[in-house]
Amino acid sequence: MKINENLAISESGFLFNPTTGESFTVNPIGAEIIELLKEGKTDGQITEMLLKTYQIDSQTLQKDLHDFNDILKQHQLLEPNE
Amino acid sequence: MNKPLITIGVTGLNAIDSPGPGVAVIRGLREATSFDVRIIGFAYESMEPGIYMHDLIDRTYQIPYPSAGADVLLSRLEYIQSREKLDVIIPNFDAELYSFIKLEDKLLKLGIHMFLPTISQFEERHKVNLSEFGKKYGIEVPLGKAIFDSSEIFALQKDFDFPMMIKGKWYDAYIAYNMEQARTYFNKISAKWGLPVVLQRFVHGTEYNVTGLGDGNGNTVAAVPMRKQFITDKGKAWAGISIDDKKLLAITRQFVSETRWKGAFELEMMKTSDNIYYLMEINPRIPAWVYLAVGVGQNIPEALTNLALGRNVEPFTTYDVGKLFIRYSYDMIVDRSEFEKISVNGEL
Repeated sequence: MKINENLAISESGFLFNPTTGESFTVNPIGAEIIELLKEGKTDGQITEMLLKTYQIDSQTLQKDLHDFNDILKQHQLLEPNE
Repeated sequence: MNKPLITIGVTGLNAIDSPGPGVAVIRGLREATSFDVRIIGFAYESMEPGIYMHDLIDRTYQIPYPSAGADVLLSRLEYIQSREKLDVIIPNFDAELYSFIKLEDKLLKLGIHMFLPTISQFEERHKVNLSEFGKKYGIEVPLGKAIFDSSEIFALQKDFDFPMMIKGKWYDAYIAYNMEQARTYFNKISAKWGLPVVLQRFVHGTEYNVTGLGDGNGNTVAAVPMRKQFITDKGKAWAGISIDDKKLLAITRQFVSETRWKGAFELEMMKTSDNIYYLMEINPRIPAWVYLAVGVGQNIPEALTNLALGRNVEPFTTYDVGKLFIRYSYDMIVDRSEFEKISVNGEL
């Protein structure tokens, strides 16, 4: 899965999906993850990068990232790879 | 550069909670870059707010209700034309369009241009005929049926199931959750708007609208899709945002090219959770939220005026995405003498 290319995200964590007109707010870590997804990073790469920055164990991070991805999918912000 | 001055008659000045499009159309016309305007308002009632907006409307005349017939309307328009020398009229109500379409040739002889759908386009897209319209043009529409008696609802409930939509032939729509509600809404709507009343299968989803303009040769001159962000209890958008939905734009272009639509329109769409778009209604005119289209770069009232006058209009190709319109209500203070003039003389 990859993040919807058209998704606009501002520094404040405000997301706008121009296809559906929906908007969302995410916290700073959510915004960071979305930026990494936009850069084309895989879940594994994102986990690795976040583990270096934040004091968190790998298992909890992977679970949280999985939950976050589910929310993104639910709102159609992630789309299947071509 | 000197711009031509065009005199344009505009209806739909009832800028109330379920607003007519007139005031928004006039705002677009006032911002036109290809001409200057003198605006003549046409009102049905003396309490239509637009009548008193003197910064937007130069002069207003009362015109007869559509129920009075096309001849009575023509005679009133002949009088107005003798005084105002109108170049263009933009009618903005569904219920009056039939008379204006019928009068198109006669008004042209008086020097008044319009850019309206043909009678067959107007009839074909009517909500009473929407099911056949969908089949003919391959556009997904919810199951619908026009009925003339409330007893028909009972026989049809296996096809429609509850909740179902009960719609008036011109305006009004209610969601009925049971037979009793369905009958009540049928009676309420038929008393107000006459028969038939339309039953439509309820589609759960998110509402999107598109406003646009067809040139009558199958080309889409303008198209701006919008997601409703805030909806009033009458189902009208009080706020909305321009979006970039390729599928919605493709459906719009398909509609314009298949029907060779002439004039402005609004498509009311419902997008389900599995991404199916249903065409719920086609309004054969400019919608009240058209100022959003103007604000994002597609001045539909200006383009329509130019098409009416036979000028070449290049189709719009872009618009700003992610711009909102947020409607508000506003109290004007009006002197009694103004109310008196429009009420007694039918002119202001």
